Amino acid sequence: MQAGLRRGLRSGTLRGLAFKAARCKHVMAVASAKTSIIREIQRQIVSKERSAVEITQQYLDAISKADSTVCSFITVDAEQALAQARAVDARIASGGTEGLGPLAGVPLAIKDNICTQGTRTTAGSQILRDYVPTFDATAVSKLRAAGAIFLGKTNMDEFGMGSSTENSSYKPTRNPWDPQRVPGGSSGGSAAAVAARECVAALGSDTGGSIRQPAHFCGIVGLKPTYGRVSRYGLMSYASSLDVIGPMTHSVEDAALLLNVMAGGDPRDATSSGQPVQDFTAGLRHSSSSSGSCSSSSSAAAAGTGSSGSGSSSRPLAGRRVGLVCETLGEGVAPEVEAAVRAAAGHLQQLGAEVEEISLPTFGLGLPAYYVLALSEASANLSRYDGVRYGARAPSAADLASLFCGSRGAGLGGEVKRRILMGSYALSAGYYDAYYKRAQQVRTLVQREMSGALQRCDALLTPTAPTPAYRLGEKASDPLAMYKGDLMTVNVNLAGLPAIVLPAGYVRVPAGAAAGDAAAGEGVQLPIGMQLIGRAFDEAGLLQLAHVYEQTAQLPALTPPLAVC
Amino acid sequence: MQVSARAATASASAAAGAARCAALLQPLSPILSPTPFTSSLKFPIRARLRDFTCAPRTMACPSLSTPISSARTWRGAGLALLRSTMAGSVPSPRLLGSAPSRGLACRSTATAAAAVQTSTTAGSETSSPAASPLSDYEAVIGIECHVQLATASKAFCGCPSLFGSEPNTHVCPVCMGHPGTLPALNAGMVTLAVRAGLALGCRIAPRSKFDRKQYFYPDLPKGYQISQYDEPICSGGQLEVEVDGEVKSFGIIRAHLEEDAGKIVYAGAERLSGADYSLVDFNRAGVPLLEIVSAPDMRSGRDAAAYGEELRRVLRTCGVTDGNMAEGSMRVDVNVSVRPRGSPTYGTRVEIKNMNSFSNMQKAIDYEIERQVSLLRSGRGAEVVQETRLWDEIRLHTTTMRKKEGLADYRYFPEPDLPPLEVSQEFIEQVRSSLPELPAARRARYLSLGLTRGDVAVLADEEATSALFDAVLALGAPVRQAANWIQGDIMAYCKETKTSMSGWSLSPSALAEMIGLIEGGVISGKIAKEVLPDLLQGRGNGGVRAYIESRGLLMISDQAAVEQLVGRVLEANPKQLAEYRGGKTKLQGFFEGQVMRESKGRVNPGLMKEVLMRMLRGE
Repeated sequence: MQAGLRRGLRSGTLRGLAFKAARCKHVMAVASAKTSIIREIQRQIVSKERSAVEITQQYLDAISKADSTVCSFITVDAEQALAQARAVDARIASGGTEGLGPLAGVPLAIKDNICTQGTRTTAGSQILRDYVPTFDATAVSKLRAAGAIFLGKTNMDEFGMGSSTENSSYKPTRNPWDPQRVPGGSSGGSAAAVAARECVAALGSDTGGSIRQPAHFCGIVGLKPTYGRVSRYGLMSYASSLDVIGPMTHSVEDAALLLNVMAGGDPRDATSSGQPVQDFTAGLRHSSSSSGSCSSSSSAAAAGTGSSGSGSSSRPLAGRRVGLVCETLGEGVAPEVEAAVRAAAGHLQQLGAEVEEISLPTFGLGLPAYYVLALSEASANLSRYDGVRYGARAPSAADLASLFCGSRGAGLGGEVKRRILMGSYALSAGYYDAYYKRAQQVRTLVQREMSGALQRCDALLTPTAPTPAYRLGEKASDPLAMYKGDLMTVNVNLAGLPAIVLPAGYVRVPAGAAAGDAAAGEGVQLPIGMQLIGRAFDEAGLLQLAHVYEQTAQLPALTPPLAVC
Repeated sequence: MQVSARAATASASAAAGAARCAALLQPLSPILSPTPFTSSLKFPIRARLRDFTCAPRTMACPSLSTPISSARTWRGAGLALLRSTMAGSVPSPRLLGSAPSRGLACRSTATAAAAVQTSTTAGSETSSPAASPLSDYEAVIGIECHVQLATASKAFCGCPSLFGSEPNTHVCPVCMGHPGTLPALNAGMVTLAVRAGLALGCRIAPRSKFDRKQYFYPDLPKGYQISQYDEPICSGGQLEVEVDGEVKSFGIIRAHLEEDAGKIVYAGAERLSGADYSLVDFNRAGVPLLEIVSAPDMRSGRDAAAYGEELRRVLRTCGVTDGNMAEGSMRVDVNVSVRPRGSPTYGTRVEIKNMNSFSNMQKAIDYEIERQVSLLRSGRGAEVVQETRLWDEIRLHTTTMRKKEGLADYRYFPEPDLPPLEVSQEFIEQVRSSLPELPAARRARYLSLGLTRGDVAVLADEEATSALFDAVLALGAPVRQAANWIQGDIMAYCKETKTSMSGWSLSPSALAEMIGLIEGGVISGKIAKEVLPDLLQGRGNGGVRAYIESRGLLMISDQAAVEQLVGRVLEANPKQLAEYRGGKTKLQGFFEGQVMRESKGRVNPGLMKEVLMRMLRGE
């Protein structure tokens, strides 16, 4: 079937074929062509088919059904979410649907290191277990103004420090594809919540891969925008020069819709960029709002991608150059991951793109440089958690030292302490040149090399992580092994570039473990995501490329076993 | 075997790789800018004065009050913040709890012990630290001056930058260091720093950057202070200072921007020792400062005081700061060392803090020089150690505050939340052209008007004084008279009423008119003195002549009226008149006085004298 479709694509007959498939019984074959859930909700709201309260309640129900297993959320704020939904409904009742925000009635989940006014925000840490921000992060206030509804705050590695969400001080989150596996991290809660359909989409933050790696592990779309594209104001800083907020969604179009709302300069964030913000959905040809039921319109969208537009209909990516980074393939990368990425490369080629293998010799230098810089910045950024003004305080501190040490000692977790110590060490007098300054030089090198490659190529293609989701506890005791998993994502942060991860295939692995597990016999499917890296501030081009792939790649239509349907 | 060989190869190739990397990195400059794509902060940027108005909201926010109120040891402070009903039970409502302080108390005990020791040492050697000849030793003094920049709002948020408000009323999530908040640079702060730099002859860096200086203290909300470490905005200036008639030039190494910390208030005592607990007021946290570091060019307390006074004069003239030392908007730390005269190296440096006036600074330095010289002379040079000492203005000596300065590692690194600051040449020139006349130029101008050095020192000392003087001159008043009135009667009245020169509503034109009326013989100097307090209140601003007229105080210059006055006086004093006519001409003064009194000071003295002489002679 897939091969046939590819052939069809080449010969220009895909459109008719897909249409036929949609109209008759082959719906499943193209159901993986992802549709925008946000557009569907917009349609339902505007047509008054469903109210915002109904939609919100549906997701709150999904959370109560699934979250005892998945553990995506640290805080579910149902009351607040329903109040927001009622406000949307009231607004429609009084003023109609004209001028309604683009995200009116869309239930979202927010990573717990992004401040939400009036809703507890802990960053996964005990030291902030009772912290209720008095202000919204700029990204959140923009979403709020657009009518979005916030279901709650998602689990994460404490302060973003981890790659599996096992470093959450509250609980580990389960991968909806296999509860014995991690969802990735640090935005593991957001990724799992999206994959398990506990929310329409979620916000994550990405310092070294924290949006992309969990998107890969959970089989969803994760977009890390260019550094400065989305304001960091209200994002609890881990490493200020690397942090960025981004969307985690089911489809590329949803990611574009969220970015549309969040992007833009912010006077409260001096590192945010004044680069003009265009409509990121403009380059995505969608038709889901056109008519009919969700699934059939999606197939039309899939077909449309191949044929509409001014370019060659069968080769929509003609003229695009994609570089396959050879340092991210081969030794140390799981064969099925490499296979999926190479298959994706092949598919892009069939869509007309020119795919070449390129070499970035300094690629491997990024990881150590990243850890020096991120940890140095973190050691300063986390100094404010001292128990004096807010946050947990040592209950009976007798003096200043015991106030600081007691509050931080009890409030911060082991991995956080490890990273603060390493960062403080790197910045200490006498070590600064050998570590921090040297790492900044490496950063220069990595950035130059990646920018150079992106002058030749429109995008770079790599795996997201060396393996699919691993088992809980598998790397928890080996921080170095955990750090190595970030190899393919950290360079993007060092260079500040935008990157998107989207599903590129699935692999069947033996089920999690535990004897007696129902799935043990047949094993489980795990998603594999590929990473596309774009030019600075060219999210539009990157999203378009990803969208074409998403709409044409004929991946099997799989749903995570823990997803609420 | 094979495995180990492979390992060896691997490690060899790793070493080669490392060498290759090192070679590769050599020519690279590190990216110090955190943001590869956004351009750096171009100046002028939008002033951010009213963007954040969070103070009232913060006061009510649960995140602030909950943890504090839940902490048992801090119930007082926390509840004070939370519920005004409890305010009566705590000494300072609205202060946020800081640390109770056994640790602090320990430190203060140590200080106290050291203090005792120091004072006995001092007592035995230099019970009176009066200046003694320093023929064989020379002192080297450098001054670090923290100047609060006179912006409307704080350095990185929109809270007002005000002194003396209710504790913790000018705070917001940014200056309280709440998670997720970021600094946004106040444009006004940069403008004032450029003004100050230009006034001090500094080079203004077209590109400077901010750094984080890290340490833990309850008054430091973020656990680091945003400052400028190795690339300050101003560098390499100098200040010409007149010290006892001699003009000296003191170098300025650098001036950099930074933010202030909060203020710790000790409850139950004046200071740390004896305090039950301490509270933090964050109103001052984030207030913009300019730290001005002088070269070690001063040699005496007098030098240092003159430098400090001139620095304050220059900065006030430019409107950079109000320079109020008592309110802490200008704070000085001095470094003092002593060396044998002619020695090329410096002696051990001691830092002195806690001086709230320049005269205290001078005393503290002179005391410290004396102390160090005495130790060196008596062969106890090893007792001069690198330390911070506090000036005790009551006992007039310095005491150890803390030792082992050198060990502090602030782990400076570039502030990733703020892009490098770029100031365009155009902007610098714009600021330069807006600078007012600086004190040195003003003094030169006054000297050229024929005023004495003494006059100049008084008239050019304060902005308000010289502004009034210049304005009066511009209205045509004669230099001498204008100078005399301002530095004489007006300043005396200021002193008497403890009012500053700027505290009056006297318009320059009123003063000029008054001087003109005296010159023109319309009023007498005595009357002028009498109405001066009224004029200072602005009562003559609508016309001095009209005002004086309305009070019936114009001078009597009518011949007949004067004759009448004199006649009355002669009539009333027949005995003295007879004596005068009998040859006791000394009595002329008595009669003059009597006539003046009779006229209530309004008679024209020249005319009166003439008429009096005539009538005394019986003509």
